[in-house]
Amino acid sequence: MNHSPLCFDEMFAEDGSVRPAYAGYREWLHGQDAASLRRKGIEAESFFRRTGITFNVYGDDAGEERLIPFDMVPRIISAHEWRKLVKGIEQRVTALNAFLHDIYHRQEIVRAGRVPQRLIADNAAFLPQMLGMAVPGGVYTHIVGIDLVRTGPDEFMVLEDNARTPSGVSYMLENRETMMAMFPELFTKVKVRPVSDYPRRLAKSLAACAPACAGERPTVAVLTPGIYNSAYFEHAFLADQMGAELVEGSDLRVVDGRVAMRTTQGYQPIDVLYRRVDDDYLDPLSFNPASKLGVPGIMDIYRAGGITIANAPGTGIADDKAIYSFMPEIIEFYTGEKPILANVPTWRCSEKDSLAHVLEHLAEMVVKEVHGSGGYGMLIGPTSSKKDVEAFAQKLRAKPDNYIAQPTLALSTVPIFAKSGLAPRHVDLRPFVLVSPKGIDITPGGLTRVALKQGSLVVNSSQGGGTKDSWVLED
Amino acid sequence: MLGRTANGAYWMARYLERAENTARLIGAGFRMALTRDASMAQEEWKSVITTLGQAKAFEAAYGPDYAGERVWNYLLRDKANPGSVLAQIEAARTNARSVRTALTREVWEAINEAWMVLKDALARPVREGALGQVLAAIRRQATQVRGTFDGTMLRNENYNFTRIGTFIERGDSTARILDVKYYVLLPSLAWVGSSLDNVQWESVLRSVAGERAYRWLNAGSIDPRGIAEFLLLDQRFPRSLHFCVDKLRSNLFGLAHEYGHETEAHELLRSLSTQFHHTTIEQVFESGLHEFIQAFIKANQQVAQAVELDYRFYA
Repeated sequence: MNHSPLCFDEMFAEDGSVRPAYAGYREWLHGQDAASLRRKGIEAESFFRRTGITFNVYGDDAGEERLIPFDMVPRIISAHEWRKLVKGIEQRVTALNAFLHDIYHRQEIVRAGRVPQRLIADNAAFLPQMLGMAVPGGVYTHIVGIDLVRTGPDEFMVLEDNARTPSGVSYMLENRETMMAMFPELFTKVKVRPVSDYPRRLAKSLAACAPACAGERPTVAVLTPGIYNSAYFEHAFLADQMGAELVEGSDLRVVDGRVAMRTTQGYQPIDVLYRRVDDDYLDPLSFNPASKLGVPGIMDIYRAGGITIANAPGTGIADDKAIYSFMPEIIEFYTGEKPILANVPTWRCSEKDSLAHVLEHLAEMVVKEVHGSGGYGMLIGPTSSKKDVEAFAQKLRAKPDNYIAQPTLALSTVPIFAKSGLAPRHVDLRPFVLVSPKGIDITPGGLTRVALKQGSLVVNSSQGGGTKDSWVLED
Repeated sequence: MLGRTANGAYWMARYLERAENTARLIGAGFRMALTRDASMAQEEWKSVITTLGQAKAFEAAYGPDYAGERVWNYLLRDKANPGSVLAQIEAARTNARSVRTALTREVWEAINEAWMVLKDALARPVREGALGQVLAAIRRQATQVRGTFDGTMLRNENYNFTRIGTFIERGDSTARILDVKYYVLLPSLAWVGSSLDNVQWESVLRSVAGERAYRWLNAGSIDPRGIAEFLLLDQRFPRSLHFCVDKLRSNLFGLAHEYGHETEAHELLRSLSTQFHHTTIEQVFESGLHEFIQAFIKANQQVAQAVELDYRFYA
């Protein structure tokens, strides 16, 4: 067991003893032999291939379908830890929605001087088209993914808010299915809270956000860019599990003041559109005129209250990493409470003093693009060469507004099954949160992403990360 | 159900059926070629390619040299051939992927597996010694998809659109096989008894997996007229034209029942169906076998086009 003394390992304490949440799992593990576990790993991979749980790759190998590596050691969270996370996430998501409502209406938070005007007005994710609009049910972010990292026994921090179209929930569900298929006896031994009803909860939550014109059973559809999108599997999976239609832009048009889909029997209106298409492509008449993925005129119908779009256009501004740095203020401003979940300390390079500090400590920091995602375009100081750090400093000086910086965190580890046996690897956690006028609903667990390379801190699947089944234990 | 989804399910079925039919045709051609000298064997292979409507494209790529190994590799896996079995399986899977919500998980997995297995089997050129195995694998994969489809799908619109695709394609395929062989076989209709033609006829039966059924029904005697009747008009044989028409009828009327109204496609199918019920093999030969088959191919296409329009397959 080689684990770095600097990082908190979630399974083993420093003295090598197993932590309480993992006790049941560890006991089961002792009764298994390594060879048969390895065989199970191969089985799991062929299972994923057979069922087509793949993601498409952009760039060099475009068109190829790949698997996200799956690791068989679960990531386990105790009931007690989860309760605290739930409180923190609820508080944060409530604040996010209040913030979005505010910046698209009176902008009280700007008037109060808590968030600078330019961060809103000059932000590409801010959509003037949404100003003054009353969104159905007052909900902006129907589905949110909050990325959490851990640095100690009681230290969970929010690394990122995904308020546009968080992906990965299908892996949360399929990872559990796979674990239950491979090790059924494990689940009779350890009591794990189920995640399988997420699609039903999603369908219910979306239906509760239907516009006033919808009937008793609102029609929900999932809008996908199509089979070549990297997350197509997930779009099809969720539509299938919800019993909703999976539509593409070419299936939709405006008919009699509603957005309608072309069925074998004519056009039928849609009440709630769970769109997995970016804002910019949603409506060629309002946004990118070259878009073929959206629906011409959908924004007019939306404004007139004829459809619910989930998530609402313009929520991307809450994903923004510069806005992220203000989240503690945002939470306090709208909830009147101190944040339950801390932010990772963040330097805004747009501020002169901060920039100076960041440049001085660049080799120890993680620097991210304000609008970036997927682990692209970032610098991880400690693992970069001197030359790369120097080159990044140039970029930083040229466009400081474009970057934020954070200390390199000692992310917690959970063991994976490596060739040599259990080996600790860094992880994060993305719980999935549903918001409707009826309340906030958080599925116990989420997606654990794991950096498979020893020492690596990058967990993104596009950068060689894998996933784990994430367990929340019953009380 | 979305029009695009109906379209995807329909084409998924057509491509799968086409892949299987192509494999059967290659199998029959291979058997024929084995019993011929080299130049006659080339004629056989040419007739296989002609039946599939790919003679022009083949000659553009390889000229008029119809060497067996070249022909079957062209038909099975050639990258220059957009109608290869591999391309058809890929197209079937792409369509299935785009309509995943219309299929059960088991059907999707069967198609995905067919694609994985055949992509692997067709990754390298197929040598003579391996051809039988490869063709068997194609038939087996198609059968597995059909089996899961039959065993797990709800009998609703999804099912009906998929089956319509299957039987439009199958009827078209059987008709084309007969139409190509018809020229070769025409003399033997009057002049029965030559053993060569018997082999030809048997090959036709084999290419639609009908040799055993026919022999069983006819106590082993090969009679060209009887074979034509069997392939055109026998309602019991699952690859005869009449069988395909019957199935189209029941699936189209399943849609009418579910939707509460009929369409143009129903009109067309009804008249085609009536024609089959009232035609005898004597009448077919009197008015001309070729003409009969051509008329069927056209009518079958009209039904297909009407389905695409009536059910809004395209925007």
